Amino acid sequence: MVGFNLRDIVSISDFSRKDIEAVLAKAADMEKTPKSKKDTILKDKNVAVLFFEPSTRTRLSFETAVNNLGGSVIGFADAGVSSTKKGESLSHTIKVISGYADMIVMRHSVEGAARRAAEVSKKPVINGGDGANQHPTQTLLDLYTIKKQFKKIDGINIGLLGDLKYGRTVHSLMYAFANFKNVKVYCIAPDSLKMPKNIIEDTAGNIEMKETSKLEEFLPELDVLYATRIQKERFVDEFEYEQIKNVFILGKDNLKNVKKGFRLMHPLPIVNEIKTELDGSEMALYFEQAENGIPVREALLAMLKGVKK
Amino acid sequence: MNKDDIRLTPISNGTVLDHLPVGTALRIIEILGLEKAEDAVTVAINTESKSLGRKDLMFIEGKALTKEEIDKIGLIAENGTMNIIEKKEVKKKEKISLPKQASGLIKCVNPKCITNIESLPTKFTLTQNPLKAKCQYCEKTISGEEIFKAIQ
Repeated sequence: MVGFNLRDIVSISDFSRKDIEAVLAKAADMEKTPKSKKDTILKDKNVAVLFFEPSTRTRLSFETAVNNLGGSVIGFADAGVSSTKKGESLSHTIKVISGYADMIVMRHSVEGAARRAAEVSKKPVINGGDGANQHPTQTLLDLYTIKKQFKKIDGINIGLLGDLKYGRTVHSLMYAFANFKNVKVYCIAPDSLKMPKNIIEDTAGNIEMKETSKLEEFLPELDVLYATRIQKERFVDEFEYEQIKNVFILGKDNLKNVKKGFRLMHPLPIVNEIKTELDGSEMALYFEQAENGIPVREALLAMLKGVKK
Repeated sequence: MNKDDIRLTPISNGTVLDHLPVGTALRIIEILGLEKAEDAVTVAINTESKSLGRKDLMFIEGKALTKEEIDKIGLIAENGTMNIIEKKEVKKKEKISLPKQASGLIKCVNPKCITNIESLPTKFTLTQNPLKAKCQYCEKTISGEEIFKAIQ
């Protein structure tokens, strides 16, 4: 396919603008196409879905995507049932399984595991998350959701809210937006959870970025607010967590002053950072965002089918 | 014996590393494992330099550096000079430059990186001004003092 030369999906940093656009266009096709007209795309293909670390949405949406395209799923949802428990290296596990399957989808807690798997695998590897590092299919479905909702990514004004220090989704989004034009990113976080300096430096010049610790400061300018969870386990000091955890709880009361067409996104799971009162509102885009994981993952599976390594 | 003779012990065969940034010579001794060298290693730290003001300088008797060793030095002493001495003559003089890529030269500082869990050679992508090294596996970026310490 024109504009898509990737043999594995490991990191959003590997994607050019053309690559991203090719995936989003293919995902739009997939969404329009009824299952009965796409269920032979992975006919006679085995996709190994290897979840060394638990996941709900990512694993189930990949398995649904494989099923929708007529492929078969092999794999495991827990490393405890794999040979990893016996002490086998990831490199060996992947090398062997790539002899059984036509593609590998994997999640692993070790950072860089997907890159290593892609090196040793004879078949394409799709990263379903490698620790705190990358989760490129999440980023692509986030971009797809923005494109679908606003008909564009160029020129979008987006607020990133919450844990910007450790959150891999917001880091990947920064690198992804750097491929587009005139994207304004408003980083909204408490001082202790600000966007890392190296990411700001890496993307400077390609995106216009502003930082604040006050939600209300740039709220009226936003087309979309991408909220993330503040994770307790990130804090050494529990007192600090208790002080911060409720700062950015979103509800009808603090989202009054938004522009027309404003939307709220979240990679899920939501714990308490978005009140359930917003779930049925027009601005809540997060359930549709999660559903968009299916056409995006179908697109990637279809595009990588038959790729020679 | 005049002053110059005291400062610089000439070598017959080996390598002279000149124009090293101040503070790098001792680290280069560690990196090259020269504390166990059989022949003489003479080091001048924070010595005067016409072009740099101050510099470190090393005379390593009986040792020719490998490409990997030169690349490691290039990570902390870019723009230094390497002179290869044979029979007391300068046989070759070359500028030390930053390697294009760093394979196996730097240990990843991220304990959760696959290179620290399975025994794999590390791979780093280098960018300049300022120097940064990005792990090709876990994508952790290090710079400055972190690179200085992480050379293995």
